[in-house]
Amino acid sequence: MKTPSSPSPDPRDMDRREFLKRSARAGLAMGGAVALSYALYDPRGPGASSGEAETVSLPDFSVPGTSGRLSVATGDDRAKALRAALKALGGMEAFVRPGDRVLLKVNAAFATPPALSATTHPDLVKEATRLCLEAGAASVIVTDNPINDPSSCFTLTGIGKAAQEAGAKVALPKESFFRPVTVPGGRLIVEWPLLHEPFRGIHKLIGMAPVKDHQRSGASMTMKNWYGLLGGRRNIFHQDIHNIIKELALMVKPTLVILDGVVTMKTNGPTGGSLSDLEATRTLIASTDQVAADALGATLLGKTPADLPHILAAEAAGAGVSDYESLHPARVQAG
Amino acid sequence: MRIVTVRRISQAFFLILFLWLCVASSFGTQWWQLRGWPVNWLLQLDPLVALGVVLTTGTLYAGLLWALATVLLTILLGRFFCGWLCPLGTLQHLAGYVGRRGRSVSLKIGDNAYHPAQKIKYWILLLLLSAAAGAMLARGARALWQAPSLFWTAVAVTGALLLFSLKRFPKRHRRVTGAFLLLAGIWAATAFLYSVESLVAASLQTGLLDPIPLVTRSVNLVLLPLADASTQTLSPVQRYYQGGWLIGAVFLAILLLSLRIPRFYCRFLCPLGALFGVLGRYALWRVGTTCDECVRCGLCEAHCEGACEPSREIRASECVLCMNCLHECRHNVVTYAPRPSAAGEKPLPDLSRRGFVAAAVSGVVLAPAFRLSGFTASAWNSGVIRPPGALDEGDFLARCIKCGQCMRVCPTNIVHPAGLESGVEGLWTPVLHFRIGTSGCQLNCTACSHVCPTAALRPITLDEKLGLGDHASAGPIRLGTAFVDRGRCLPWAMDRPCIVCEENCPVSPKAIFVEEHFRTVRGGVLEVGRADSLTVEPAPWPPDPGRFANGDYFLVLPGIDEAPRRIAGHDGTRFSIAKDRPWTAPPPLGSRLEIQVRLQLPRVDPERCIGCGTCEHECPVSGKRAIRITAENESRNRKHSLLASSRIKR
Repeated sequence: MKTPSSPSPDPRDMDRREFLKRSARAGLAMGGAVALSYALYDPRGPGASSGEAETVSLPDFSVPGTSGRLSVATGDDRAKALRAALKALGGMEAFVRPGDRVLLKVNAAFATPPALSATTHPDLVKEATRLCLEAGAASVIVTDNPINDPSSCFTLTGIGKAAQEAGAKVALPKESFFRPVTVPGGRLIVEWPLLHEPFRGIHKLIGMAPVKDHQRSGASMTMKNWYGLLGGRRNIFHQDIHNIIKELALMVKPTLVILDGVVTMKTNGPTGGSLSDLEATRTLIASTDQVAADALGATLLGKTPADLPHILAAEAAGAGVSDYESLHPARVQAG
Repeated sequence: MRIVTVRRISQAFFLILFLWLCVASSFGTQWWQLRGWPVNWLLQLDPLVALGVVLTTGTLYAGLLWALATVLLTILLGRFFCGWLCPLGTLQHLAGYVGRRGRSVSLKIGDNAYHPAQKIKYWILLLLLSAAAGAMLARGARALWQAPSLFWTAVAVTGALLLFSLKRFPKRHRRVTGAFLLLAGIWAATAFLYSVESLVAASLQTGLLDPIPLVTRSVNLVLLPLADASTQTLSPVQRYYQGGWLIGAVFLAILLLSLRIPRFYCRFLCPLGALFGVLGRYALWRVGTTCDECVRCGLCEAHCEGACEPSREIRASECVLCMNCLHECRHNVVTYAPRPSAAGEKPLPDLSRRGFVAAAVSGVVLAPAFRLSGFTASAWNSGVIRPPGALDEGDFLARCIKCGQCMRVCPTNIVHPAGLESGVEGLWTPVLHFRIGTSGCQLNCTACSHVCPTAALRPITLDEKLGLGDHASAGPIRLGTAFVDRGRCLPWAMDRPCIVCEENCPVSPKAIFVEEHFRTVRGGVLEVGRADSLTVEPAPWPPDPGRFANGDYFLVLPGIDEAPRRIAGHDGTRFSIAKDRPWTAPPPLGSRLEIQVRLQLPRVDPERCIGCGTCEHECPVSGKRAIRITAENESRNRKHSLLASSRIKR
């Protein structure tokens, strides 16, 4: 090294300082790498399934002391029939308390007009919403996970418009709305996606379905209506249709079910598509017992519970009673 | 010993070791086959593999911890891996040496001048890492949106910085403005990630360009099968790999380019080299000149592998520590020492902020854009059958580095590099091909799942694969389901007995079962001539009558005696039936007589079928098979179930 001729510091000193600085930084980087590796070390690797979402379950929405109530209203006007049938059950006030948030599970499965009766009639949606709000409900939400395109379904069936006019909100299914659900003792509904988001903060659940012919299950009524709460490739359950309907009936404990047999789809179900598939049967059923409601509704299709194994299976599993006469149904005329 | 000699020995050692480990990644009884050899060691030493998996999964899987050793040494020493260890670097080094022999020193110096395009590799690195980090960033974004305290803290910080920067802006206080812009960018990015949540993905694409998986793949799937073609010593039958030509073409292109531009790939493209460049930012030892006595003769650059300009301001991040400059310098002014170069240093290339942001944002957007095709969702391709132990597609794509180890190790040669059948993201990931290879997926083999360095194929036990012991309730691992193509199947469509598929189904009880069916053969409707209870003379006498006496053909008398009687033989004019079952009365003259073939029609029980593909491999319809596997019912994704029942009952 030449002797420095200027007063600048000794370059070796500079080197030393630079070296120490670098050493500190390199040391920090190395320490960081070691700490990170230690924190993230995973000696075993992933398991069979990656972190599935937490499973959910539905609460019991039934109102204590109202079990086994069944009423049948006869008439052509769905709104009047519903009002009359509910009055016979003790009024909507018996089920919906002031401040309750109510979920209406409609059947909006197909993007068809209401005249074809393949879906819950908008008049019923409107009247049910009104009845809930009159009883003091804080809010009413209408939902379904239809088979056809959801927004088309809610538009073409008239359900979306009816709900909004009566003051209810429509919850269209989104991918993020589903959470896995397992029915206790179930063989089919095991960690299966359930349309769960609309249930958040809900106090009361009312199922609303039309009476329809159905090739595979024999009939589509209030219990089968819960199929619309499932997500995923749910139609693989058609391999075991009666058991899936039974499991659905066990999964959902509604406040009330409303079965619309004012018009019955007798043939070509569950889609229908022609007025000639329909028959005026002038019957509207309201019940706290979904099995009884469906057993009674089956008569509109000329069937008995013995023709519909899912009704007997649901009864055997404790979801309700199929001998609807034992519930002493209140029969009323509505216009 | 001179340092370049030591380096050459190291390079040769690791190249041979690497080739050896590739050879050893095979399944068999020889000592040189899988015997606990650390066949993934180089892949595990590669910190880009480890970093990629950390970014996509938040975990550092088992053997990838080796990468820490590389990282620590790089922080201390710089890019030693590139110059001393990397097999792809060594091969290019060799090619560069061969290609430029005899070129004048001045031309060689020109070849090794720094080129601004050497920055590209940093952008590639950034692009690949941000594509991998998409899901992690989205999780962060979601946490920010969902935790009110975090959210408001972030808002407050942004607001404060905004005020601060507005106040300072006239004074052009660039740091604060920069920080504000950065925050705004982060807000925009989190908003984007939050809004495309369902598309957010951790897409690990580093393996496309990461040199260790690249060279492993090239050797495993192209060089070894070609080298072994004449002698068949590594494998008793020729190994095939679908689309191997493309992998070979990339590899060849890399070598050809390095004939003229030394280490072309390392300098311009290699994302691992870029990562090392960043890691070595504070390397304690580095190449540089000692004092002002350097005469700028440029000799040191004649053989500079990294194009890092050691005689000038050295570009430290480009230096691959080949040490040729130390060796070439006639004035002994170039050293590798723990002090700064007297001629100055440029630690990292100046990546423009625009380039940086463009690469990072492109990476983050890339994965959601790939997922728009729906390959991981409803538009999944059931023709893509993944090896046993494969994670669900999204998780799989977050881990697979396309190294080809599973393809090399598979004893039956059925694991192949995918083309575009599983989307752009799935290029060169493993898929099963049951026509190529020597059988289906062997029932008692789990080799691929154990050789996978990143657990994209998670290690499974034989019990788990077969659904035995603790795994009995879950049932066996299913890769897919066999479907019979009734229009192509010999017994179903062409009246020819076969059931090779049923015979070879390895599951017990068999997943393929048969339905017995007697069908009248073409031209087999005849009339009874003279007859007794054991023989009959048909009219007309069918051509080639011998073929009906092979045990598969029967005679039936419609309306008289419909129980089929096996044709036992013929004497030139008459058929005789098996003696133990004579007709109760001789068939009446002139009555209808039919020759029927006994067919066993294969059918598949989806509860038992595991999709191993043995049936497809064995099917005698040798082109497009009459029984084929598709991935329906594969265990790795319940949404692909075929059956209502969620668990297979035994």
